[in-house]
Amino acid sequence: MSALLTVEDLRIAFPNRDGDPVEAVRGVSFSLGRERLGIVGESGSGKSQTGRAILGLTPPQAIVTARTLAFDGIDLLKAAPAERRALRGARIGMVLQDPKYSLNPVMTVGDQIVEALQAHENVGDREARERALAMLAAVQIDRPARVFGLYPHEVSGGMGQRVMIAMMLIADPDLLIADEPTSALDVTVQLQVLSILDRLVGERGMGLIFISHDLRLVSSFCDRVLVIYAGRVVEEIAAADLGAAQHPYTRGLLACLPRLGEHRHPLPVLSRDPEWAR
Amino acid sequence: MPFLNALVRFLGAVVLTYLGLLAVTFFIGRVVPIDPVLAIVGDRAPEHVIARVREELGLNLPLWKQFLIYLGKVLQGDFGTSVLSSNPVMQDIRRVFPATLELATLGTIIGAGIGIPLGVWAAVRRGGVADQMVRVMALIGYSVPIFWLGLMALVVFYARLGWVGGPGRIDVVYEYTLTPWSGIMLLDTALAGEWEAFGNAFSHLILPASLLGYFSMAYISRMTRSFMLNELAQEYVVTARAKGLSEARIIWRHALRNAAVPLVTVVALSYAGLLEGSVLTETVFAWPGLGLYITNSLQNADMNAVLGGTIVVGSVFIGLNLLSDLLYRTLDPRTRTR
Repeated sequence: MSALLTVEDLRIAFPNRDGDPVEAVRGVSFSLGRERLGIVGESGSGKSQTGRAILGLTPPQAIVTARTLAFDGIDLLKAAPAERRALRGARIGMVLQDPKYSLNPVMTVGDQIVEALQAHENVGDREARERALAMLAAVQIDRPARVFGLYPHEVSGGMGQRVMIAMMLIADPDLLIADEPTSALDVTVQLQVLSILDRLVGERGMGLIFISHDLRLVSSFCDRVLVIYAGRVVEEIAAADLGAAQHPYTRGLLACLPRLGEHRHPLPVLSRDPEWAR
Repeated sequence: MPFLNALVRFLGAVVLTYLGLLAVTFFIGRVVPIDPVLAIVGDRAPEHVIARVREELGLNLPLWKQFLIYLGKVLQGDFGTSVLSSNPVMQDIRRVFPATLELATLGTIIGAGIGIPLGVWAAVRRGGVADQMVRVMALIGYSVPIFWLGLMALVVFYARLGWVGGPGRIDVVYEYTLTPWSGIMLLDTALAGEWEAFGNAFSHLILPASLLGYFSMAYISRMTRSFMLNELAQEYVVTARAKGLSEARIIWRHALRNAAVPLVTVVALSYAGLLEGSVLTETVFAWPGLGLYITNSLQNADMNAVLGGTIVVGSVFIGLNLLSDLLYRTLDPRTRTR
């Protein structure tokens, strides 16, 4: 079985003030089947930019290069803009961090879901509405018909994120990129949203890239984990084997997790070795 | 009844603002060093005549009583008599305001109709040639004196090319064949079915309106650009792209729809500015509008006319504020009370 997504030596550079390129992502490689891959790293490590590069949503001034960047046999770097746009939403979806900002405030959530469907499939308004309602029900929203007509500011964060998931899954994509999908939510709501995501990804047999800074969350949710440091993959490991991680950075991250009944004094700090970034 | 509540609060605010406006105009009338009695009787009148006229005008009454009387009159549309034209001020304003209204409305339509798309274009092509072109055009609009541009436009389009009608609202030939029903030439001629006169009025109107439109376009396009840049940087735009929407849909349906909310205020303010009457434009184009009327009255110490004009301008501001408030409510669901 060929991989759904192949990334080899992905590099993303941004010009600095003097116009010299500064690499934010420096040679990331991985491949993905219909499985769950977690990408973990701290702020600025390049994990989000990696996700956006797959969709073709890096800012216009960014320079994206790769030996291979292929989705289902399509060379993404050679694909025409229209071809990439046809992939977005239809075959690759993306859930962003905070529904408070990622939903359009002046459009009802129903219209935003319908729009996502009609951008890719030629369906009439009535059928689109039916499917949007079914999708809202699938993300466990109790009264879909009522929520359909609400504006984003009228729904809670957890409901907003479920709307976002419904919007990104309605066109039935093969791959979903979830960029910190639960970081902006309350802890209790996080689990609810995660379980919905878990079920839908499982049922539909999709590939999932789960981007997060929460190593524990990722290890319980994903099959495989990619640890990124300063734009490079420092460790790739099956989630189950995380306890046996080799790289000192990963071990440092794991050591940060507190345990009940444990006294830690002084608090451990992440050690960083400039060697890792080479 | 939250709706009724909101309505009462809304109307209360209108009444208070209006009272404030009337109080200000009233006290301006009392404070300026122009004696209304002397303006009527002249400065050689004997003492007893001055005293009698003062009493007739009610100027011997306490100030608060004078204000109440003033209030009562203004509410009935009585702004007193103009010294200059010896007509009731209200009658004069009925004549000059439609001229300004017509000019300002077409000017705003041109300004917003061109300025908004230009601003969007400049924002989308930020830093590109289009952005620079729009920037230079707006800069010229900001910095060139309007009377100079007006004269140049007359020289080129009227005197040289003969494409448009010259100063005035309509050619003299048509002037007296027309029953002034609304005072708005385009409307009057169209209602009368006088299409030749309509075309003539339009050819007179289009040049000053384009000129005012150009200046409001300069402002509106710059504001649109900055609102659009702000919206295009929002996360929901990333979401729209991730959904695979077309760039046109993202710009016009998503970003502009959000930018439209603050734009309402910008367009309304610019419209209100034009409705005050642009003295320079009205002078250059011999346009018998409100700006010219107020300026003339002021130069001749015709205070009733000045205050009447001021009240009209103030009412226009209040009205447009109300209108933009209502538009806000329809455009932005977050401001609606459910």
